[in-house]
Amino acid sequence: MRIVLNGEERDVEAANLADALQALDYGDAIVATALNGEFIPHDQREATPLKEGDAIEVLAPMQGG
Amino acid sequence: MTDRNFYGLNLSNRLLLGTAQYPSPAILADAVKCSSVEMVTVSLRRESGADRAGQTFWQMIRDLGVRVLPNTAGCHTVKEAVTTAHMAREVFQTNSIKLEVIGEDDTLQPDVFGLVEAARILSDDGFEVWPYTTQDLIVAGKLLDAGCEVLMPWGAPIGSGQGLNDVFGLRAMRAHFPDVPLVVDAGLGLPSHAAQAMELGYDAVLLNTAVAKAGDPAAMAVAFSEATRAGQAAFEAGPMEVRDMAEPSTPVMGKAFLS
Repeated sequence: MRIVLNGEERDVEAANLADALQALDYGDAIVATALNGEFIPHDQREATPLKEGDAIEVLAPMQGG
Repeated sequence: MTDRNFYGLNLSNRLLLGTAQYPSPAILADAVKCSSVEMVTVSLRRESGADRAGQTFWQMIRDLGVRVLPNTAGCHTVKEAVTTAHMAREVFQTNSIKLEVIGEDDTLQPDVFGLVEAARILSDDGFEVWPYTTQDLIVAGKLLDAGCEVLMPWGAPIGSGQGLNDVFGLRAMRAHFPDVPLVVDAGLGLPSHAAQAMELGYDAVLLNTAVAKAGDPAAMAVAFSEATRAGQAAFEAGPMEVRDMAEPSTPVMGKAFLS
């Protein structure tokens, strides 16, 4: 399945957002996720199915002013 | 020391420090430790599953033992800012959010209309909103109505180092909202700017670039911290009133007639 991860097209085989994060090597990283511009809380990732062309944003702590 | 608190949070050090643009993570850590700041601003950015740069940064911040104030930097719409705030709350495990809704890229001036709207949405959702705003009193009032308990007017455009560009506006804001915690956020370049803000009666200053881009960031962080304390102490001590004309400080009474 072709998805867009942080602005880049990627191929991933995953039934839901939680599976996708595992398949994309995030493991137990502390991240926040959004799907097609909508925030998906951690506890809803497994219940969030993916489809072709979905845009996933995976964000983590970073320096900021 | 005033007993002003920020959403119930007491800060003995009224310098809030940004964490971006330092020459290295080690130098950032030094700046935080040497200046004894208690709260730092952080952000969210895209994370790669391969390098996980954000995880290393987050561990370093946690090791420093300081509070974090996540921002919505770079957000230009209400939706972007609100979504970013929700993502930040989950990652950083805090209801605090430094709310930025940018309206114009050359000055990074806040879009105050979007700011008020986002502030209301987030406040209603349990966030403790620290809005990056201007000195506009009407906007400030609407932010308070929206649920904000802290206001953060800019000193000058972000990263400019110009200092307090509108002292009248800042003084008016302080006078108009005597009971609201006020933080000068952005635009400071020198410790004297921080001292000036605190001498006006502001409750804290928030800055990043002036420390991060200094030749010696840790030393500059200390200088800002000391200036912030000095300005606060000066305000609490009650500065004299400015006069138009000279008035001798040495008593005239008793002066000899020698001419």
